[in-house]
Formats: sequence, C-alpha cells, structure tokens
Amino acid sequence: MKFWLALLLALQCALAAHASEAPPLAEDPVVEKRMVAISEELRCLVCQNESLAGSRADLALDLKREIRTLIKSGKTDAEIMDFMVSRYGDFVRYRPPVNPVTWLLWFGPFVLLLGAIFVLVRMVRNSQRADAAPPALDAAQRAKAQSLLQDPENLS
Amino acid sequence: MKKALIPLGLFLVLAVFLAIGLTRDPRVVPSPLIGKDAPAFAAPVLATPEKQFSAQDMRGKVWLLNVWASWCTACLQEHPVLMEYAKRKNIPLIGLNYKDQPANGLKWLARQGDPYDLSVIDQDGRIGIDFGVYGVPETFLIDQAGKIRFKQIGPVTEEALEKQILPLIRELQK
Repeated sequence: MKFWLALLLALQCALAAHASEAPPLAEDPVVEKRMVAISEELRCLVCQNESLAGSRADLALDLKREIRTLIKSGKTDAEIMDFMVSRYGDFVRYRPPVNPVTWLLWFGPFVLLLGAIFVLVRMVRNSQRADAAPPALDAAQRAKAQSLLQDPENLS
Repeated sequence: MKKALIPLGLFLVLAVFLAIGLTRDPRVVPSPLIGKDAPAFAAPVLATPEKQFSAQDMRGKVWLLNVWASWCTACLQEHPVLMEYAKRKNIPLIGLNYKDQPANGLKWLARQGDPYDLSVIDQDGRIGIDFGVYGVPETFLIDQAGKIRFKQIGPVTEEALEKQILPLIRELQK
C-alpha cells in the first residue's frame, strides 16, 4: 500500500513538473480571445501567407506575446493595430486601409467589371443590329448561289 | 483587322505588369520607419554586459545598426562584406545580437571575425520588434538627428553598399 501511494505521489509530481513547463497560453481567457482576434487580422511577415494567429514562426510567437502585454497594459485594439502598422507598415494588415495608394487595389476590380459590362453591352447591341437588317443579296448573287447549290459537282 | 489586335494589346499590357512583378522581391516589405526617429533603446553590450549602450549616445553621428545572430545563415553571407567595410569605414557600425544566446554570439564573433565597434544584446527580440525587424540580417542607416534614413532587408551586398549605403553616408556627412 505504501509503495503504491509513493508511486502515485511520484507520478503526480512528474505530471505537475510537466504542466509547469507548458507555455502559459490560457492564463487569461479574455486576453487570449482578444489576442487571437487581433492576430487573425495580422500577417506573419516571416511566412507571408499565414496570419499571425496561425503561425508558429519565432517572430509570430514574439509578436503574440507583445500583443498580450499590450492588452494587459490596457491598450485598445486600434492602438495595438497602430503599434504593429507603425513598425511593419500597412502590409501587416490583412485588410489594407483605403487610401490613395490602395485605391487601385480596392476599386480596380470594379473598374474592370464596369469596363467588361460596357464592352459586353456594345457587342450585344451590335449583333442585334446586324440580325435586324440582314444584308440583302442582289439578283446576280442569288443566281450564283442557286447555280452552286444545283451543281452536282458540289454534292458529295 | 484592328479588332483582332485588341487581345494582343491586352496580352502585352498584362505581360508588362507580370514582368515588372517578377523583378520585385515579395519578401522585401518597405519599412514605415524610414524618415522617422529610430526607436530609443538601451541594452547591455555583448562583450561587456555590465556596460549599457544607448542609442542616445550616438546623437550627432551617422551610424549603422546591423541586426545579426549566430543562428542566422544569411548573416554568414554578408559577413565578409561587413569585414571588408570595417577596414575602411568612417562611421560606427553597431551590431544588434538579435534573439541569440550571448555566449553563442561571442563564439560566432570569435570564429567569424568582429566587424562591429560593439554589439548589444537583444535576447528577447524586443528591440528588434521596435525596429520592425522580421528577417535577419537587417541593416539601418541612422543620421545625426537619430532618424532612420535607409534600411537593407537581408544581407548587405557589395552592390548595395557601393551604390546605396556609401553614397547616402557621404551625402549625410556633408
């Protein structure tokens, strides 16, 4: 009995030691939730197609730690966003701000769409006009067509 | 005939844009810090940790801050360029030992050679974050007023040094 108790105690100690080594991820669920929400809006600069939230890169972990610290010091989400943008530029934001530099990015696709609609409308109208007034054949052309159709050499 | 040329024209426009895109490196993100004050920092010196280095000490001088680490392979690539530059430089070159064990940093300098006037310790990478460092090595040129004037992302090449950094230093020193 004593042996089993000792073993249990030893096991528990081992587990406790292991637990204390884990990174303090969920120490404050509210902070953690805000940190994840913010870091999902941010690009990881080391692996550019990943969000900061999804990245395990060293820099991403550091930046997440930094965001946690900023949240705990009472900064608003907008202030934290400014903190990141002032260091890494607008590129860190997955939702780039609308400003003269990004006008082409935001509105370019709509300009292209409008252009495509304009071209399509014109093409449809032109073809309708062509259908409405088919070019008439004169008597000579009709006769030639007739002869071509009746020529047995053309039948195969 | 003219209509048939429209797709060709569109293709050429697209090709030109794509060709320009190919010449650009997507990993180089322009720093918003250029033209702004360099972040203030004070940190222990790598060789003599009991001493502090402060960016404030460099006021009135044009200087280079090079971010390096012993674990960084691209740093090995730029190291000969920095060593060569160290022989004929006329402005201070300060190293930032970024996210590194100081012992490893010192060993690396002993093995590879030390081009720096001094290196400072940034073991947790906090100073790096303030400078917007995301890929080591990075190099910043800072002017007399403490403003960042140029940033090299990735290894300093012979070409970048001769064509961009040195002319800018000469201009700043006028």
